[in-house]
Amino acid sequence: MRLAIPLAITFVAGMIMILQFFVPATQSMGESLQEWYMIVASFAIFLGSVNLLYVHTHRIRFKGRNWKYSPVTIIGFAAMIITGLVFGIEQGKPFDYMFTQMMVPMGATMFSLLAFFVASAAFRAFRASNWRATLLLISAFVVMLGRVPIGAMIWGRIPLISEWIMQVPNLAGQRAVMIGAAMGMVATSLRMIFGIERSYLGGAD
Amino acid sequence: MNWTVIGIWLGALLSLSLYSFLYKDNPFYKFAEHLFVGMSAGYWVIYTIMNVLIPNWWNNLVPAEGGMQPIWLIPGVLGLFMVLRVVPKLSGLSRFSLALIVGTGAGLSMTAMFQTNALAQVNGTIIALGQGGGWFDWVSNLILVAGVVCGLVYFFFSKAHTGVIGGAANVGITLLMVAFGASFGYTVMARISLLIGQTQFLLFDWLPTMGIHL
Repeated sequence: MRLAIPLAITFVAGMIMILQFFVPATQSMGESLQEWYMIVASFAIFLGSVNLLYVHTHRIRFKGRNWKYSPVTIIGFAAMIITGLVFGIEQGKPFDYMFTQMMVPMGATMFSLLAFFVASAAFRAFRASNWRATLLLISAFVVMLGRVPIGAMIWGRIPLISEWIMQVPNLAGQRAVMIGAAMGMVATSLRMIFGIERSYLGGAD
Repeated sequence: MNWTVIGIWLGALLSLSLYSFLYKDNPFYKFAEHLFVGMSAGYWVIYTIMNVLIPNWWNNLVPAEGGMQPIWLIPGVLGLFMVLRVVPKLSGLSRFSLALIVGTGAGLSMTAMFQTNALAQVNGTIIALGQGGGWFDWVSNLILVAGVVCGLVYFFFSKAHTGVIGGAANVGITLLMVAFGASFGYTVMARISLLIGQTQFLLFDWLPTMGIHL
């Protein structure tokens, strides 16, 4: 019973979603199930938040590594929750102010930091060990050059070559990856729906 | 109190704290990093409540026109089961919620995502080689069609990559390397444009608050 009910739920939910695609009569049932799916899945954010708070309170309690910064995380979390619940999330409210003035710059900075690390990683990875790695290097270089004004200043056709790389070889490669991944997804989905793949239930057999 | 200027200073100081990591790990970076994690978690909780749970669940459970729709208690209870994963004695209940998520997700992948990620891509690849007119379009179309087929052959591991299959797989991996290079270049440029944006913010928004105009 411990496994039978969850496996039955997976089977029924999966079959409803497949059927609603082919049988119009089951479409409303499928739409309701999609809404349920969205609601239940969204509760995962609460699970993550509880876990985050647990990790940081635990760290403070036992004076774990970098415990002095844990109150900052908890205060930041509480500030967003309280302002969101008390004042609402409309434009101009404290929640929106903290989002636009603090979170947006921090997010942009975090991602822009990656530019430096990607550059250093590329330097190490691109030490053209074989001709295919060289090809990867040239392709990346041309695409980068084609998207900045200096590319066109060096040679007028660099932006066109960059566009061609994006539209032809890149599109072909991305399509092959997408189609291959979709095939794998269908196989994995079938394994889950029919209860062959059960690792999501905690690895129980 | 000028809240706009305070906001610019907050954003600038937090950005500089994060950039200080380029020198080495330091308390300013750790402070900003921990704050970002906490605020992001809080933001997503509120976003989920306001944009997912209230319109899709609460408004269906307790409609504005009155009365209660008990059927909508089921997703709420399943959501609660999900959170109970943190209680060791009750963590088994989360399996019901996971089962619904996995089953629905798998069913969706089987149909909707397969249609967009596989069938639509195949459909887009079936093109006439002469489409476009000139010899250059003919070559480009040939590369596109052959590239997709050879790329798929490279991912086909049920047959040894020898002979014709091996040759096609070689063409496939070559094209994939070009594609990965292009994607890499594109990603780097996106990151660099963010860096430029943040630098502009510091130079043209923050510095003027101190009377420094560039």
